[in-house]
Amino acid sequence: MSLWTRIAGWGALIFGLLYFFVPLGGLFEFSLKARRGVYSFDAYAKVLADPQFQQTFTYSVVMALVTIAIGVVLVVPTAFWVRLKMPWARPYVEFLTLMPLVIPAIVIVFGYIRLYNTSSFLPLTGSVMGTNLLLAFGYTILALPYMYRAVDTGLRTIDVATLTEAAQSLGAGWVTILGRVILPNVIPAVLSGAFLTFAIVIGEFTLAALLDRPAFGPYLQRIGANKAYEPFALSVIAFGITWGCLVLIQLVSRLQKTAQRPA
Amino acid sequence: MKQEPHAPRLRLPLTWVGLLPFVIFVVMFLVLPTMHIVIGAFQTRDGAFTLQNILDLNSGTIPSSYWISVKISVASAALGCLIGFGMAAAVVFGAVPRWFKSPLLTFSGVASNFAGVPLAFAFLATFGPVGLVTVLLRNNFGIVLQRDLGFSILSFWGLTITYLFFQIPLMILIITPALEGLKREWREAAEVLGATGLQYWRMVALPILFPSILGTFALLFANAFGAVATAIALTGSSLNIVPIQLYAQIRGDVLGNPHLGYAMAFGMIVVTAIANIAYIWLRVRAERWLK
Repeated sequence: MSLWTRIAGWGALIFGLLYFFVPLGGLFEFSLKARRGVYSFDAYAKVLADPQFQQTFTYSVVMALVTIAIGVVLVVPTAFWVRLKMPWARPYVEFLTLMPLVIPAIVIVFGYIRLYNTSSFLPLTGSVMGTNLLLAFGYTILALPYMYRAVDTGLRTIDVATLTEAAQSLGAGWVTILGRVILPNVIPAVLSGAFLTFAIVIGEFTLAALLDRPAFGPYLQRIGANKAYEPFALSVIAFGITWGCLVLIQLVSRLQKTAQRPA
Repeated sequence: MKQEPHAPRLRLPLTWVGLLPFVIFVVMFLVLPTMHIVIGAFQTRDGAFTLQNILDLNSGTIPSSYWISVKISVASAALGCLIGFGMAAAVVFGAVPRWFKSPLLTFSGVASNFAGVPLAFAFLATFGPVGLVTVLLRNNFGIVLQRDLGFSILSFWGLTITYLFFQIPLMILIITPALEGLKREWREAAEVLGATGLQYWRMVALPILFPSILGTFALLFANAFGAVATAIALTGSSLNIVPIQLYAQIRGDVLGNPHLGYAMAFGMIVVTAIANIAYIWLRVRAERWLK
């Protein structure tokens, strides 16, 4: 390896690392500057005490949990069924689950607003509860590519057919098989899908803003336009949560690998 | 006469029922809403078929907003590919210690998912008028970003460098397996035949990697084209890109014609769909070599 290649390699790496860490540092530093001249956590204290923060944040957390629940109930049986009975359908199902990566979220929510408005066959946007439900369904769609892939990868590592037959020969029905045999076996995969869903939902802006729901993402954008330091403190918090979730995924997937190593 | 114990019974094939909940959900909350937009793009207010909405896309500020969007997407995808390739190559080919690889990939997996409002604030806090880097350059080097370099975070380049934060990691994630798929034998064979390092890259490695790189470029392009939240939080409505204009249209029909809004959304689907088809097609080509 020549000297120049080494220098170029280090150059690329250092440039990239600076690119990633300087904005994070800048964000953190700025969020501490609420008090003139000294660093302080004033902005954080103000934000955490804001009832609007508490409301929107709670709303988004609940939304994320609901989305995860819907996602698990929808994806695990489907991926299981496709693996067990309809392997020929896998490419088609997979194609459908990847569509949310192709169709921009703003287009999907635009469709919701027009299709499920008060004068439609299913007036979901007519009531608060209906809109909340629509938002959760929308989030489930946004998270579908990640959730499906995670669960499907998890199912690949276990012998679905044998487990199912063993459970059936002991008299288990489909609900028992799914809930007590398949799900426990793919829990790490489901967890990594769930954490990613959580990370996506907690800061999501487009759907929540256009459906006019009091979620954390739109709140962050709104106070960003009005307040000086608070939005930066909030961004640090949002970063922390998202990165926490994603680090947890890495830990879980590592755990999965160790668990599968033959004894 | 006794019946055969295993007489074949006629059974309706019912396995597809298990797929029904999923299919109904996806049709209702993904396919139908999208179809509604697509069909609406070709309808008049009274529901008759028309191409006028599509033609009207070529009026007012719409062409320029598509053009800015395409430019930002191309710039951030190209730079993302270039920098991401450099970083991935540095790690894969051992120009820097190998132990960098695992944390870099982990980090990339995290950062590539990170678009949104907080990202906009991170860049505002760094390159904004009173940001960390801006102040640092002004106080220590006497360089004022806005005045001396014509740089503003609320501009074309501002948005581009912000998008790069998630574009570079995505490139690293996708290109690293491709780089690792380059077989050592190919390099050795080239060297035995008397090729220099440059010739090996120009005539062997790059042609093999080309579909991967171009495919990732298409994916990064689509990624930037559909990003809404970062753009809105960063620039408000000062930069007239397609997602921002569509956002304003959905909120308040600023175009004065709902079906023109449909046509705009349809245009977005077309652009991202083309980019994704290009990605899939190029990936299939790339996998011929990288097995």
